[in-house]
Amino acid sequence: MIKLRIDGNEVEVNAGTPLLKAAQKLNIEIPTLCHYEGIEPYAACRVCTVEVVRGRRRRMVTACNYPATDGIEVFTDNERVRRARRLNLEMLLGRCSEVPAIRALAAKYGVEKSRFGYDPKEKCILCGLCVRMCSDIVKANVLSFAYSGPRRKVVTPFEREMATDVCIACGACAHVCPTGAITIEDLSQRRGEVPEMYLGPKTAISIPFQQAVPKVPYIDPDACIKMQTGGCGICAQVCEPEAINYKMQDEVVELDVGQILVATGYQIFDASQMAQYGYGKLDNVLSALEFEKMLNSTGPTGGRVLTKNGKEPRAIGIIHCIGSRDARYHKYCSRVCCMYALKFAHLVKDRTNAEVYQFYIDMRAFGKGYEEFYSRVLDEGVNVIRGKAAEVVEATWGNEREGHLLVRCEDTLIGKFREVPVDMVVLCAAIEPNVDQERVGQIFSLSRSPDGFFLERHPKLDPMGTVNDGIYLAGCCQGPKDIPDTVAQAQGAAARILAMIAKGEVLLDPIRASIDENLCGGCKVCNNLCPYMAITFDDVKKVSVVNETLCKGCGTCVAACPAGAITGSGFTDEQIFAEIEGILADAGNK
Amino acid sequence: MAFEPKIVGFLCNWCSYTGADLAGVSRIKWPPNVRPIRVMCSGRIDPTFVVKAFREGADGVLVSGCHPGDCHYYQGNYKALRRYHLLRRVLEQFGIHPDRLMLTWVSAAEGERWAKVTQEITERVRKLGPLHLKD
Ligand SMILES: Cc1cc2nc3c(=O)[nH]c(=O)nc-3n(C[C@H](O)[C@H](O)[C@H](O)COP(=O)(O)OP(=O)(O)OC[C@H]3O[C@@H](n4cnc5c(N)ncnc54)[C@H](O)[C@@H]3O)c2cc1C
Ligand code: SF4
Ligand code: FES
Ligand code: FES
Repeated sequence: MIKLRIDGNEVEVNAGTPLLKAAQKLNIEIPTLCHYEGIEPYAACRVCTVEVVRGRRRRMVTACNYPATDGIEVFTDNERVRRARRLNLEMLLGRCSEVPAIRALAAKYGVEKSRFGYDPKEKCILCGLCVRMCSDIVKANVLSFAYSGPRRKVVTPFEREMATDVCIACGACAHVCPTGAITIEDLSQRRGEVPEMYLGPKTAISIPFQQAVPKVPYIDPDACIKMQTGGCGICAQVCEPEAINYKMQDEVVELDVGQILVATGYQIFDASQMAQYGYGKLDNVLSALEFEKMLNSTGPTGGRVLTKNGKEPRAIGIIHCIGSRDARYHKYCSRVCCMYALKFAHLVKDRTNAEVYQFYIDMRAFGKGYEEFYSRVLDEGVNVIRGKAAEVVEATWGNEREGHLLVRCEDTLIGKFREVPVDMVVLCAAIEPNVDQERVGQIFSLSRSPDGFFLERHPKLDPMGTVNDGIYLAGCCQGPKDIPDTVAQAQGAAARILAMIAKGEVLLDPIRASIDENLCGGCKVCNNLCPYMAITFDDVKKVSVVNETLCKGCGTCVAACPAGAITGSGFTDEQIFAEIEGILADAGNK
Repeated sequence: MAFEPKIVGFLCNWCSYTGADLAGVSRIKWPPNVRPIRVMCSGRIDPTFVVKAFREGADGVLVSGCHPGDCHYYQGNYKALRRYHLLRRVLEQFGIHPDRLMLTWVSAAEGERWAKVTQEITERVRKLGPLHLKD
């Protein structure tokens, strides 16, 4: 530790601390342009000039990089300092005459005009913050200085406009630039390549959504500079509890459980398969899930309905049954779309002045209070057109309507073909089984119904059970359903699970194999056949024995026993023979 | 009167029997020639059941389990498959055309497939004609 005085105040700092930091400790403000916390100082702008006095020697130095030494005296705002700053600012103003940050700072020191020239276009003061950010912090090494003397400037490789392959579009350079000389173009399009739902730029570290459990930020490894280039690491620097861990990996945790509730939900049909609706090709054609996210008050637009150019749409078309009730994709009705489409209409009416058009085949308002909600939405002035929309196209007429979309459909109630101009289209894409539904099904030995969803034990009498004891279903993994139905099924399943836990013991089906000791010859054929390893060999008695709790009653061993020593209760040989005789009684035993 | 084959079907409880049930619940028609007997698993089907069925006057026998990999008891259907190949040879020695025995997989979700399979074996056995077993 060393001691120095700044503007008459004594302060203690580590040797080598830049004067700027030492002054901050005393809450003394020194103006800066090219200084950025965390980036190596470079002293380019020189507006942080201060005067250092050691003994009889006086010097003007830049506070951002001048190291503190013992016993010096620093003046940050005396007349000599102010004069030096004025001169520096006048020179900067001569180069970048219309940059607000420089103009404001210069004005503070009474500089309104520069004797060194006037350039309204130039914005770069050549401080190199962006270059150091890009190479030292981000480690992408895109930006560098080129040329020398008056032609010196910051360039991208080969001076190609922005579009270099090495730029990862992190935007850090634009963020640190003190004069706003850097703009990031088309950042949105590049971020769109991130495979998740895209509605606007997202930071590399964020809380996934407001209701997330646990509600903690996570790092998107595809966007994180640290993970992409090894640079940055700023979040770890600023996080005081040191909670940032870049090395965290997915872990596999093994748990011993007695019962399992499968609630893996659904995915939404990829509407780009139906090219006629332009999803993925036309701007402002959204899937319902994207629109849902847009309406969310904690979503990317804060709940405002906006087209891609940031304007409120004049009209919105909502098209029902995309991929549902369609023999080419899914025959079934997705059940929830009609109602959420009405919800959308209601919210759009509430938040905008847009016209809303619903294109539907049948309006399925099936639940408690749903038909009433439908009537209410109609009263709010929502237009409903009965007829499946045929296509969505770009309308290219006249300037005033430019960018409009056209929904073409047959209005089956008036028997006419219609073209409805809108600014935004929402596609109510089907609820479908997850891509990994089959794999998940195999893990839990679950059957699937022809539509691909998991099969319940009985459609009416056991809608949450499965053929496997202790494995239950809830929600859309069993079939499309809305939240009330999901909750009802889930609560039912939870109650069943709790009942089992409360009972503390498990009832087993009485179907079991047993071995007649007197008949068993001890051949051990059955021992390795049992898939549950329920058969062991009794070395004393020299016979095979079935463990009744392990046996599931499949009967494989019964069929295989060469001595006929094993019987399967409920399905004994005698019972089955009698059944055969019974059902062939009319054959007359030819 | 046209020949109506009598076919005994051995169905495992978890897939094929449920699949046949689904065919019924879905109002899918399937030939009444197939008369099902439920066993817990296709692995329980003792070859003597099949022989017994032929002796009692069946013209054909259908054995149906879960698809490979889907057996409720993991591998019962593989055991059924092994026995099936052996059994076909034995049947031939008894003078029974091996095609009168059919092994198939029908899952709990395949009501349609159950109807197809039963039609197939019915047609197959109809072509082979009635089975006359000599004593
Ligand atoms: C656009 C849209 C709007 C809707 N609006 C409404 C509405 O207003 N009102 C309403 O009642 N219903 C609405 N619904 C329906 C509602 O979304 C569903 O009823 C509900 O989400 C079903 O809940 P779930 O738990 O079954 O499935 P999900 O909500 O899909 O939850 C399943 C969860 O399981 C996780 N998961 C999946 N696979 C695995 C795995 N292998 N391992 C671990 N976890 C896994 C998923 O990540 C997910 O978190 C809407 C649906 C859509 C598409
Ligand atoms: S019936 Fe199945 S589970 Fe039971 S002992 Fe025999 S093979 Fe094992
Ligand atoms: S801030 Fe110190 S020279 Fe620019
Ligand atoms: S349970 Fe169907 S074949 Fe084993």
